[in-house]
Amino acid sequence: METSGWIQLAIFLIALALITKPMGLYLTQVLDPNGRTWFDPVLRPLERGTYRVMGVRPDQEHNWKQYTLAMLAFSLVGCVFTYAILRLQNLLPLNPQRFAAVNPDLAFNTAASFTTNTNWQNYGGESTMSYFSQMVGLAFHNFVSAATGIAIAAALVRAIARHSAQTIGNFWVDLVRVTYYVLLPICLVLAVFLVSQGMIQNFKPYTKATLVEPMKVQVEKKNDQGETIKGPDGKAITEEQTITEQSIVQGPMASQVAIKMLGTNGGGYVNANAADPFENPTPLSNLVQMLSIFAIGSGLTYYLGRMVKNQKHGWTVWAAMVTLFLGGVLLCWWAESSGNPIHQHLGVAAADGNMEGKEVRFGIFNSALFATVTTDASCGAVNSMHDSFTALGGLVPLFNIQLGEIIIGGTGAGLYGILVFVVLAVFIAGLMVGRTPEYLGKKIEAYDVKMAMLSLLILAISILGFSGWAIVSKWGLAGLNNGGPHGLSEILYAFSSGAGNNGSAFAGLSGNTPWYNTTLGLDMLFGRFLMIVPIMALAGSLVQKKVAPASAGTFPVHGGTFLILLLGTVILIGALNFLPALTLGPIVEHFLMQGGKLF
Amino acid sequence: MKEFFSNIRGAVVSTFVLAVVCCGLYPLIVFGISQTFFRDKANGSLILDPDGTARGSKLLGQGFADAKYFHPRPSAAGNGYDATSSGGSNLGPTSRKLNDAIKERLAAYRAENGLSESAPVPADAVTASGSGLDPHISLQNAELQIPRVVKARGVADEKVRELIRQNTNGRDFGVFGEPGVNVLQLNRALDQLH
Repeated sequence: METSGWIQLAIFLIALALITKPMGLYLTQVLDPNGRTWFDPVLRPLERGTYRVMGVRPDQEHNWKQYTLAMLAFSLVGCVFTYAILRLQNLLPLNPQRFAAVNPDLAFNTAASFTTNTNWQNYGGESTMSYFSQMVGLAFHNFVSAATGIAIAAALVRAIARHSAQTIGNFWVDLVRVTYYVLLPICLVLAVFLVSQGMIQNFKPYTKATLVEPMKVQVEKKNDQGETIKGPDGKAITEEQTITEQSIVQGPMASQVAIKMLGTNGGGYVNANAADPFENPTPLSNLVQMLSIFAIGSGLTYYLGRMVKNQKHGWTVWAAMVTLFLGGVLLCWWAESSGNPIHQHLGVAAADGNMEGKEVRFGIFNSALFATVTTDASCGAVNSMHDSFTALGGLVPLFNIQLGEIIIGGTGAGLYGILVFVVLAVFIAGLMVGRTPEYLGKKIEAYDVKMAMLSLLILAISILGFSGWAIVSKWGLAGLNNGGPHGLSEILYAFSSGAGNNGSAFAGLSGNTPWYNTTLGLDMLFGRFLMIVPIMALAGSLVQKKVAPASAGTFPVHGGTFLILLLGTVILIGALNFLPALTLGPIVEHFLMQGGKLF
Repeated sequence: MKEFFSNIRGAVVSTFVLAVVCCGLYPLIVFGISQTFFRDKANGSLILDPDGTARGSKLLGQGFADAKYFHPRPSAAGNGYDATSSGGSNLGPTSRKLNDAIKERLAAYRAENGLSESAPVPADAVTASGSGLDPHISLQNAELQIPRVVKARGVADEKVRELIRQNTNGRDFGVFGEPGVNVLQLNRALDQLH
């Protein structure tokens, strides 16, 4: 854990703290239909025109059911839209590599994945998707699934801030305003910055480059059916081939990567995601990408404080998130810089840490930081391969996801996720002192706690249920790339990432099979929509409540006591749900790794 | 249910409008600006011969095996440095396959660079990167390869060191990331010495 890492961590934290308030204030303007921004002269006409063709009356607000239905209808249409584009890819334009249509189960998985802001990828982008599929089929959801998340968060915050009311905003207005005023302008600047660092943005076919030194490789021999031919010893027969060319990927990458980060989507343009030198060319592009993952989620905590007229509450929630973030970074960084004793025993320099699956330009610290950031938020982009992390280094991203991605969290999803924990923390505090629990003057009753618990149970049931099913099934085990406890971790990570709508992977798992495509697709849909519906029902209940004036017995939702209570609730629920599974995966693997056991 | 279907119309129209703006207008504006101001980078930072033949990208590694070249990291991208098949090995810390591969690479690295059998080897020299296209090696890794390249080429040790310095990407602003030597650019520079 070198000094340079500590300095970078400090700079990252300061930068994050500095963008929180301006971003929060800006979001407050955007999420108010009559709010003012600098972009009004350009974007107001576009906004009004959009409402006109949609037939939406922006001054007409929705109650929680109307809001939820509009959101579900929009998500359904978007899902079908992307499915159709992927299935018809071969007939659509901008396909210079002539990629075939995506098969039905992979197209379903991918459409569900991008609609739910997960961006789990059972394909390699550069060898599967045309420029049109990337730019329209997938990037569309990068924008609107992020905007949808922010809209849901805003609706919940309004429900907390208002009282004795019915409506919580207009979904279409929130969707359109967030997309136009927040996502588009920031992405425009971000994308151009990324190109200045070396990211590509063009529509050319892939470039054929003649290698400086032709490369001799051993290739497995295949018969006419494309199956590998095996020798009498059961091993594949190989032949030597000389490779003289490198095919250099091209396409409209920067425009897509900007929103992939800002919208915490995380779906890579290419298979290696942000580890690929085109998709993350420099340490500076890496820093900016990490900050853009956290920017909106962090700003939303300020928006919360502003809206409920208790800025200290917003900052306390932020502090809880940052505390958990720091814990994760430090553990992951320590584990990765300690490295793998098995490899060090063979003669790998111990001071270098675990470099398998990491890039030299990022090194240990920036790989550990990125892995923590991307899984704290529901981003899922990776700049190093989590599957090759040490046991405890890999535990951090996995547990981050299982906590529900409420550490800053996905755009919007992080805020509505942590608010569920806030409601539970207040409830638990109420039980402990024997008073009716109150949150900002509103009584928290049985219905509210049921809805909060329901949304948490969906996550645990999806993750553990699907993982358990896969572990005892042939289709589940067939996809493994690693044996022993690491195999369990691969499956557990996949379904955690799906239900948590993260999208990062222990990528050795071969998920592109009909079984995995379908189960993971359902896992993602459950994790998104079955979680949102009870949260919206909670919003519908909160908005109707009366506010009681604060008294001496009111439990404050800011300051140290509340911070500790909130942290305790998050960790306790996460640990109770997932510790048994984690013990059999990364935790036991840690001890086996220290003992030099191989699988 | 009736209300759900009345929402579908709004959903279809908004999908169309937002797709035109976010997936048509926006990427085209980024395309226009990038091609105007960062033409070389937006097109892949290509390395071209004087006759215009593309030889690679400044950002992407290539495989090298000859003793006269600096060697890049092991690569798990396709058959090695296949830019259309980016990715890592995804082998975990207790993987026997990874353990055996590292053992083999250690022996090969020590043999070709004349190191003792117990000499520690820089981690980046024997592990695959996340992308399989890592253009860099660590400074220590480059340092250990200098004697081999000097011998194979018969050039001055100091000349090689100078080229390494010229082709090293330092930390951004002296703070961010880790320094690394760009192997492809270094090897191109070595070839151009003659």
